[in-house]
Amino acid sequence: MIELTQVRKDYTSEVRIGPVDLSIQAGGITALVGPNGAGKSTMLTIIGRLLGSDAGTTTIGGHDIATTPSRELAKVVSVLRQENHFVARLTVRQLVALGRFPHSRGRLTVADEGVIERSIEFFDLGELQGRYLDELSGGQRQRAYVAMVLCQDTDYVLLDEPLNNLDMRHSVLMMQHLRRAADELGRTIVVVLHDINFAARYADRICAMKDGAVVEHGSPEEILRDDVLTGVFETPVTCIDAPGGRVAVYF
Amino acid sequence: MAEPSLRRPRTVVSGSGAFASERDRRRYTVLMTVLGVTAVAVAAAMLAWDNPLPYGTPGFWRIAELRATNLLVVAVVVICQASATVAFQSAATNRIITPSIMGFEALYVAISTAAVYVLGVAGVAALQGLPQFALTVAVMVGFALMLYGWLLTGRRGDMQVMLLVGIVLGGGLGSLSTFMQRLLTPSEFDVLTARLFGSVANADAAYLPLAIPLCLVGAAALWSRSRRLNLISLGREASTNLGLVHRREVMIILFLVSVLMATSTALVGPLTFLGFLVAMLSYQLAGTWDHRFVLPLACLLGFVVLGGAYVVLKHVFYAEGAVSIIIEVVGGSAFLYVILKKGAL
Repeated sequence: MIELTQVRKDYTSEVRIGPVDLSIQAGGITALVGPNGAGKSTMLTIIGRLLGSDAGTTTIGGHDIATTPSRELAKVVSVLRQENHFVARLTVRQLVALGRFPHSRGRLTVADEGVIERSIEFFDLGELQGRYLDELSGGQRQRAYVAMVLCQDTDYVLLDEPLNNLDMRHSVLMMQHLRRAADELGRTIVVVLHDINFAARYADRICAMKDGAVVEHGSPEEILRDDVLTGVFETPVTCIDAPGGRVAVYF
Repeated sequence: MAEPSLRRPRTVVSGSGAFASERDRRRYTVLMTVLGVTAVAVAAAMLAWDNPLPYGTPGFWRIAELRATNLLVVAVVVICQASATVAFQSAATNRIITPSIMGFEALYVAISTAAVYVLGVAGVAALQGLPQFALTVAVMVGFALMLYGWLLTGRRGDMQVMLLVGIVLGGGLGSLSTFMQRLLTPSEFDVLTARLFGSVANADAAYLPLAIPLCLVGAAALWSRSRRLNLISLGREASTNLGLVHRREVMIILFLVSVLMATSTALVGPLTFLGFLVAMLSYQLAGTWDHRFVLPLACLLGFVVLGGAYVVLKHVFYAEGAVSIIIEVVGGSAFLYVILKKGAL
């Protein structure tokens, strides 16, 4: 369970995110949605302790992120930002293997190799594992980064817009992978999504943010309503029943 | 008890570790062997080439012993510059940067110039001696720590801002030095200029008892942090995610870098391009990104480059003092070649 209590981030005296009180239950996929500038990525990076908050406390699975040593937290929560560019030239397998660092401190064991192998297979990266990252397409690279985060073997996985720059097919594949990671591996996944329909289809819970505050938090059925989405996104949204569930239409 | 069986056999390359394939690892081994042999040859040439006395006589060994100082100086300088540059580039997540950018050399030039400005030609003599060497190193490390500490512990602790401030301070110190140099008499200026050329011949054997331990401890400390350096080179967010305290780690690395750079600069003067050249070549040749392998390669490669340049200049061109000039010409050309040929670093 992820608990935020009165968490606040001040950018300037006018621009501030929070204070946010939020509790995300363990298990399943929780999608953070909302308009640009709502504070989704800020909240996610604060939970992943990549960004310090200015007030409030955050706990993940009972660990207070402010007091738990970073190397212990790295076994509980993993976080992937939107932009990833490494100066080091790594192969896919080397990248995925980095995820084992919190457990092995850089000395890979046979057990680590097993986890690496499974993560690579899980994301269908077997054929690409010897390729260097700069030889991959955007979609393949994104999959490799997510595989690294999953290889970290943490109960909580935070992803900041993993569908960014992915085409339709790769977006669907990515969400299917995440769904399987939640269902088969029992991970708690929190993901920032821009497309409300992806959230509706694949997430168990949707948390809508607006102007630095959580305005709605519930199941897709509760959020996928004309009045709720119109309010959150400040643009007319109509929800209709389609094959496979409700979809929001907003064009 | 179960520990050894859990350990991955060292002979197997799974592709998860430092080397992507067995071929890369073999290439690295061959490379290190070739460089090792070349380094021994360079060392032997430094000691024995043109030794006027026949091999084996006491006189031969006496001359070789005198030349051993130069050999040690080259080794110390190269280990300092190579390790410091590789580590600094990783801390800055930038492969086209050198620690000189932080103003070490500008500070060294300013200290030397100020000494001559205030004390006249006697100032050069006043800067020589082990205590003065220690003081120069301490001032440079202190300067660097001030800069890092102030910028990295602030609210907006930002590497880019720190680098920019380093450049600005370096530029300011450089202008100050130039201004003082304008006011020197021609003879004082002449003496000072000779001192400010990065040159192995500048080095005083009396500094070595301090320079060698500083260099060895600094380089060993960096090497022992290789696995952390690997993560640091991925940037703040990725290394934090993997459980490092990025700011603390970067502070430690920068402290070690400043000790190494200060030692090298105070020993032989500014050598802007050496570290950069060596780091760049090492990454091109190593076939791995792992600092455990890149750091030793960089040191060995640097020794071959600097030692080789020294031997060639001394015995072929009879221009012992100009080593830094050659390094910068070669370094600059290599840099342009890589940029134009590969379009990447």
